[in-house]
Amino acid sequence: MKLQEITQSKYNFEECMKCTVCTAYCPVLQVNPLYPGPKQAGPDGERLRLKDPYFFNYALKYCLNCKRCEVACPSGVNVADLIQAARIKYEHTQPKLRDQILASTDFMGKLARPFAPIVNRVTGLGITKTALDAMLKIDRQRTFPKYSASSFEFWLRHREKEQSAFPEKVAYFHGCYVNYNYPKLGKDLVKVLNALGVGVELLEKEKCCGIAMITNGMSDKATRNAVHNVEVLRKAVVDKGLKVVTTSSTCSLTLRDEYPHLLNVDNADVRDSILVASRFIFEKLEKGATLKFRPDFHRKIAYHTPCHMEKMGWGVFSEKLLRMIPGVEFTLLDSACCGIAGTYGFKKENYAASQAIGAPLFDQIRSVNPDLVACDCETCKWQIEMSTGYPVANPISILADALETEK
Amino acid sequence: MKFDTVIIGGGLAGLVAGISLQRKGQSTAIVSTGQNALHFFSGSFESMQEAPPEMLSVFGDAGIRLHYQEGVRLMPLGSFRPSCLSLEDISLFSSPQFARKVLVVNFMGYHDFFSSFLAEGLEKQGMQCRIRLLNLPELEKLEQSPSEMRSVQIARTMDRIWEKVVQEVRVLLKDEDTVVLPQVFGLQDTSVPGRIKQGIPAQVVFCGTQPPSVPGIRTQMLLKRRYEVLGGTYLMGDEAVEAHVHEARVHSIRTRNLDSHYLEAGHFILATGGLFSKGLRSNPFSIFEPVFGLDVDYNPDRNAWYDKNFAADQPYMAYGVKTDATLHALSGGIPFENLFAIGSVLGQTHPELGQAGGLAVRSALEVVDQIMK
Repeated sequence: MKLQEITQSKYNFEECMKCTVCTAYCPVLQVNPLYPGPKQAGPDGERLRLKDPYFFNYALKYCLNCKRCEVACPSGVNVADLIQAARIKYEHTQPKLRDQILASTDFMGKLARPFAPIVNRVTGLGITKTALDAMLKIDRQRTFPKYSASSFEFWLRHREKEQSAFPEKVAYFHGCYVNYNYPKLGKDLVKVLNALGVGVELLEKEKCCGIAMITNGMSDKATRNAVHNVEVLRKAVVDKGLKVVTTSSTCSLTLRDEYPHLLNVDNADVRDSILVASRFIFEKLEKGATLKFRPDFHRKIAYHTPCHMEKMGWGVFSEKLLRMIPGVEFTLLDSACCGIAGTYGFKKENYAASQAIGAPLFDQIRSVNPDLVACDCETCKWQIEMSTGYPVANPISILADALETEK
Repeated sequence: MKFDTVIIGGGLAGLVAGISLQRKGQSTAIVSTGQNALHFFSGSFESMQEAPPEMLSVFGDAGIRLHYQEGVRLMPLGSFRPSCLSLEDISLFSSPQFARKVLVVNFMGYHDFFSSFLAEGLEKQGMQCRIRLLNLPELEKLEQSPSEMRSVQIARTMDRIWEKVVQEVRVLLKDEDTVVLPQVFGLQDTSVPGRIKQGIPAQVVFCGTQPPSVPGIRTQMLLKRRYEVLGGTYLMGDEAVEAHVHEARVHSIRTRNLDSHYLEAGHFILATGGLFSKGLRSNPFSIFEPVFGLDVDYNPDRNAWYDKNFAADQPYMAYGVKTDATLHALSGGIPFENLFAIGSVLGQTHPELGQAGGLAVRSALEVVDQIMK
């Protein structure tokens, strides 16, 4: 037994028994014949790469990092980790300017915020899209996320006193999207948690989780962010004994699993305290806390489980929370990738594949015809809204809307 | 999280139990460590000589049609096996001489369908055979990645272009009374195999390919979808890592993904499969059941685990967890009050329940009856 534990490799690749089940669930393989597929790119390729890095295949960049191969694998092989780790180890090309821009969500947010109304106008213009398409190969058919003129951090800092008055507190890793693009989601979280008697505080100074850097060949920068983030997470978790919640499935997965698996940043003392907010809220309610809902709230909601939520296995918490709201007519959409995978779908070379991957999901949404699609991932939101026209909201925002507010 | 019943293992046995319990008003969860043996499913419940009514309703509800005829089915290498209860697109014959002249059709570049072995087998039975390859431009795209020219990838394309296959086969067909095609049809669109049969003016037989099995994956998708529509919670890619037991009762389990958030239930069903699916594990000294540490029926002499003849029935295939007559799992010889074992994790400890698919369905329905008593 001990022997087997010691001889197990990091990504468990020798456990692969070549059953090919992963290839049946890879969304990229279905639309892009240039991609060698998870079995070939993962465990099969790893055997060769260990012999000689010559065997590294640059087509591994087509991997979405959706982790569906890992979810499907009956043998516990970390197929997607193998692929991303190989990219980090062997892909020594300088990332393109475009990829650097797309991956620097934090930096771009800081840059754009003071000029948000202008930036939003400009990025929405046809001529800008054409220029970005021609110069940077960012597909012109994409809709860009809007920037907010005022950051979430600024908003919450002005409420520090009010939040610290709550008997219980959590720290919130808001991520770039809530801070720069969509502070409303963060405000919704504060509203729901406050209703449960929980105050919200910021981490000492969070940085971008770094997932887009990992997938865009900027793992050095991602590692620096990871080291910094684990340090500030430690201050909240170890020093103050707080749980840390997020409203993004991908930020959570990155902080919990990509740090130790791909960046070799040890987070063992904080990992279990990082929770997607829906899990934290579900657990509060299970332990007896209550939320009061509006009697006039009626919505037909279809829930899409984002790939990284599926990988963490936590979609069930969002599902159960939404089902708990009286007046919600709930449909669980088939588990399928929406195709955007963060920055992947923004790239011109991936646009067609991205839309083809999402097509079955979009069709199902149209046939369900909900009032609202629920989903815990910001990039899924952009993709589904752009591709179907249906509005998409985080389950936390839906909870916030359904709450009975006293006044 | 609390459920009436938690099922560990999301293959055929777990899904049948889950759907049946949900239909009877229970709230259930299935914990599934990745995908399962349905991906290798032949499409036939070989050991079933009957179709239990509850099975017909579970499958019917999920949109899976079955048919029943005592006879044989054609195997991928051209041999025949006795079969009765099968998925609708598996052809059953009263004897191996099911045709006079056969046209075997494969796709160019597809190596997981052994047309020449197949033809040899059919010729042995006195049937004349002709093999033809179809060269479809739509499949050329797949050929760019030769290692991924597999049943599922072809089946995805076939859902769109099956009519073209019908046309091409009609052109190829001379005086043959039967056409044999690889089983790569109807992955998403379940009406395709039937429409192909209608479109070709000969008897059409779909024959199994190398895994993954297209009818198997379709069965998995439809059963899982039905289970979720009925309100079941399917935790895909998660694994039961620890059980919390008090005396002869299981109180809760811990899973890898939910970790400190335990799954509590009144009843638990172990449907984790055999050694191949890691429902049983082995080390050089023993064979054990990893979640509950249940009693396993096996020969302690390691040399007796396997037969040196690779093709023989391997003794380890028969090993399984011990239960009482009503499938309550045993630990230290004492049955758990609320833990049952179903499907391949039982090995051949209950020969009366059959094997493989038959064992999965029969034991699942038996345990559902026990729980609902």
